[in-house]
Amino acid sequence: MKRNIFIVITVLLCFILQSTVFRWLAFGGIAPNLLVIITATFGFMCGQKCGLWVGFFSGLLYDIFYGNVLCFYALIFMYLGFANGYFKQIFFKEDIKLPILLITLSDLSYGLVSYILLFLLRGRFHFLHYLMHVIVPEIIYTVLVTLILYPLIRMINGKLDGTEKRSEDGFA
Amino acid sequence: MRRKRQKFTIPSKYLLLIMTCVCVLFMAVTFFTDFLASPLSNFAGGVILPFQSGISKVGSWMSVRSQELKSIRDIMQENEALQAQVDALTIENNSLQQDKYELNNLRQLYKLDEEYAEYQKVGARVVSKETGNWFHSFVINKGSLDGLEPDMNVMAGSGLVGRITEVGDHWAKVMSIIDDNSNVSAMVLSTEDSCIVQGNLETMDQGVITFSKLVNGETAVKEGDKVVTSYISTKYLPGILIGYVTQIESDSNNLTSSGTITPAVDFAHLEEVLVITDQKASYTEAGEN
Repeated sequence: MKRNIFIVITVLLCFILQSTVFRWLAFGGIAPNLLVIITATFGFMCGQKCGLWVGFFSGLLYDIFYGNVLCFYALIFMYLGFANGYFKQIFFKEDIKLPILLITLSDLSYGLVSYILLFLLRGRFHFLHYLMHVIVPEIIYTVLVTLILYPLIRMINGKLDGTEKRSEDGFA
Repeated sequence: MRRKRQKFTIPSKYLLLIMTCVCVLFMAVTFFTDFLASPLSNFAGGVILPFQSGISKVGSWMSVRSQELKSIRDIMQENEALQAQVDALTIENNSLQQDKYELNNLRQLYKLDEEYAEYQKVGARVVSKETGNWFHSFVINKGSLDGLEPDMNVMAGSGLVGRITEVGDHWAKVMSIIDDNSNVSAMVLSTEDSCIVQGNLETMDQGVITFSKLVNGETAVKEGDKVVTSYISTKYLPGILIGYVTQIESDSNNLTSSGTITPAVDFAHLEEVLVITDQKASYTEAGEN
């Protein structure tokens, strides 16, 4: 229960921050993608289902405010969260290399899918330009933000783990 | 003895399949109808918008402070120059006022309505911007309860920003003219030749947007010419400044030309906008009656 509340608050907070503060802190018009960070993080930290739901709801928020079609981004983010769930088995809390690699891959695939579905299909063929001016800068900025955001989520999640275990022990 | 209650759970693969179907269904529904849009967006607008508007105030305050520190010296120099300009302009303005008075009188004599009458405007604040990096839409803090409707034009300063695509009770989504999806029917003010102005993510790095299908272009239209919204547009009111031609070249068919326009609005620092509450549809009807 506590964890669900924590997840809901995290999703809302990240969405609000991304659409406001991070837009003001954008470098060259490019802002980091917090939604990818939390979707991937909850995916490999809490498993496929959790990643799926987190991805679905953060994508849905995006769709409601900025999408032309409902559930378009929800679908993309849902698959991102689900795919990251596969890595729960080889995920260690102390290791930061795997999270960064996974978030980089997630953001890259998000960028590629967005480009293909929203731009390539409308006849915008300069893939290299979009890669160098949108996708790669977004990944770099996102990874930089990950270095700050990820330890925070990990710390709170660890504390929740602790309290859950304690309450279970007390109950027994 | 502790008995664990066996909860029924769906395997995650099936869950993914089910949710995919749900998503595809919703996509189809919202693509073909407006059925779900308003209750969902009103709910989200009610819950999230207050936070966004609060935080974006803080955010804009921060960015304004940082810019202030950077540019305070430039501004002091600029201020002196501008002060001189103000004096000159005040004199010019006085004479123009006299001209306007005379023009109004003459118009009344000719029983002409003012062609580009002053449009009714409502001010609004930008509360949040598109979270992705692909498009340029944003949300403002006024909605249907303030009298806004879809397709109303949005300006900042003297230039066109875009138009409203969606409204909630207290918010409205604005698609800007630099958005990659946006097309505006426009004309070059000096020659009254029409063209299509398209937002373009590729050229936005250089601060310009593209225009195309300008008939009779290269000979008559020069760099620096003003481009305004055209009177044949169905969504945009006529005569709103879009920007200035920065580059023009003939298309391969030798009939039309295309090129780039520098927008009149500084889209990187958009904080307050004006929404024109007159709509093109009602405006033309009123004109005909």
